[in-house]
Amino acid sequence: MIWLGIDTANTPLSVAIVKDGTVLAEVNSSMAVNHSLRAMSTIEELFATVQLQPKEIDAIAVSEGPGSYTGVRIGVTIAKTLAWTLKKPLVGVSSLKTLAANAFYFDGAICPIVDARRNNVYAGLYEYEDGHLNAIKEDGHFAIEDLLDSLKEYERPVLYIGKDVAMHEVAIREKMGENAIIAPFPLQLPRASSLIHMAQQSEREENIHAFTPEYRRIAEAEANWLMQQRKDKASE
Amino acid sequence: MTTDIYILGIETSCDETAASIIKNGHEIVSNIVASQIESQKRFGGVVPEIASRHHVEQITLVIEEALHVAGLEPADLNAVAVTEGPGLVGALLIGINAAKAFAFANGLPIIGVHHIAGHIYANQLMQQMEFPLLALIVSGGHTELVYMKDHGSFELIGETRDDAAGEAYDKVARVLGLPYPGGPQIDKLALASDDAVDFPRAWLEPDSYDFSFSGLKSAVINYKHNIEQKGGTIVPEHVAAGFQKSVIEVLTAKTVRAAKQYDVKQVIAAGGVAANKGLRASLDAAFEQENIPFYVPPISFCTDNAAMIAAAGTPMYMAGVRGDMSMNGRPGMQLTSWNE
Repeated sequence: MIWLGIDTANTPLSVAIVKDGTVLAEVNSSMAVNHSLRAMSTIEELFATVQLQPKEIDAIAVSEGPGSYTGVRIGVTIAKTLAWTLKKPLVGVSSLKTLAANAFYFDGAICPIVDARRNNVYAGLYEYEDGHLNAIKEDGHFAIEDLLDSLKEYERPVLYIGKDVAMHEVAIREKMGENAIIAPFPLQLPRASSLIHMAQQSEREENIHAFTPEYRRIAEAEANWLMQQRKDKASE
Repeated sequence: MTTDIYILGIETSCDETAASIIKNGHEIVSNIVASQIESQKRFGGVVPEIASRHHVEQITLVIEEALHVAGLEPADLNAVAVTEGPGLVGALLIGINAAKAFAFANGLPIIGVHHIAGHIYANQLMQQMEFPLLALIVSGGHTELVYMKDHGSFELIGETRDDAAGEAYDKVARVLGLPYPGGPQIDKLALASDDAVDFPRAWLEPDSYDFSFSGLKSAVINYKHNIEQKGGTIVPEHVAAGFQKSVIEVLTAKTVRAAKQYDVKQVIAAGGVAANKGLRASLDAAFEQENIPFYVPPISFCTDNAAMIAAAGTPMYMAGVRGDMSMNGRPGMQLTSWNE
């Protein structure tokens, strides 16, 4: 079974091809380069490296977000188009779970973090149990202070993972003290091979056409519109 | 023996998700458009983030439908043509990345098409383009006069210095309290009006083919303020008619002057505002008098669609123009010739 994995949800880019439990090739980078320039060209190079044709793959895994809206959409668009036209199954995996999977065997809770600007983050909380990485807090969009307050109640060591953790390291250490563990740099980037590993344990998408990113946040214009609707209703 | 050429076109530069298959550059085999207008209406205009979200939901569906209606398999296609720019960058990226993934999966070449070249080539779907040719492109984002001496040769001879014609329509419609999109509403009011307010015309320098609509827009706003300050109310029909008259007169006069100076064989209009009934009638009458053939596509081919992208991509395919897997969205892409 040959898997193609794609993660463009945030600044890092990761693409991998895994065959029968072996990583044939993986490319990881963390350059501030538009994913539209690099994602498909990296996929093309990877197929050339492993000497496979697109139609020879059996399944596609993609990081479905949350993260940069445009970044997530590029990966999701590529993955759903490939899956649809090649008639292959598609599995979407949380971008945060993909990060957490870097610390698969960590004994404790894992908190993957992606910066969402203005002291906000996308984050989740995961724990390894019986060969599975389980979410113990649903992925979401949080003010960093609120996230740390909720984790404090947890009263156990938590591993913070992701390259954006550095932006919030001072706040994390200040608030969590001894219970704060910061993952070292080799674990900070999402890996498409980990994404594939997680995808193998997940359900495939039933309707590829209907597959869309998990933004974990409503668009600003839509939020404003809904608020206006509520106001109009209240004043009626 | 001649072989037929089938090009899949994909367009997502603004708020329409579209895919189409064109045979030999002019025959429409399928033409699918998923419009977001109902969703975008809530916001009184196109919100880029909302547009991008809708494109992801629709993109594979419209491509599948284009193939299904055509009764073709990917292997029957010669190439994929996609709008590379200009447009909303987040929106462009959906079409471009779907096009690249589709092309890669099926071993097809990919061609990046300029949106305005697409609007011009919408005419090729109706009748053979004859050169030299003059194209007037009028839409929400563009007001341009383009001279073409052959396929793939684009010379910009005039453009707007501020607002695009369609932008001015939408802004004036908002001043008049008309719902989005405002262009068709103003056109309707203007055509039904028995009088017109006298607004200025922006001719600019005597030899210029450039346009300017922001002064006219301000004149409309000032007119409304003045009347309302005196406790009166405006007659929206008369304002719409006066505004439309000013826009149409300038567009028509400059297009006629350029057609004569460049001695063209054909004049074509394209873009969303080319759907305006008042403008079509004015250009029709003017070019009939000048005895120069004038064409404008049916309304459904004036607004954004993918058939025009496939039509513009066909001569590019034949000339060997190719993109690659690093194609990026180009929101400010310039219309440049590909045959020189």
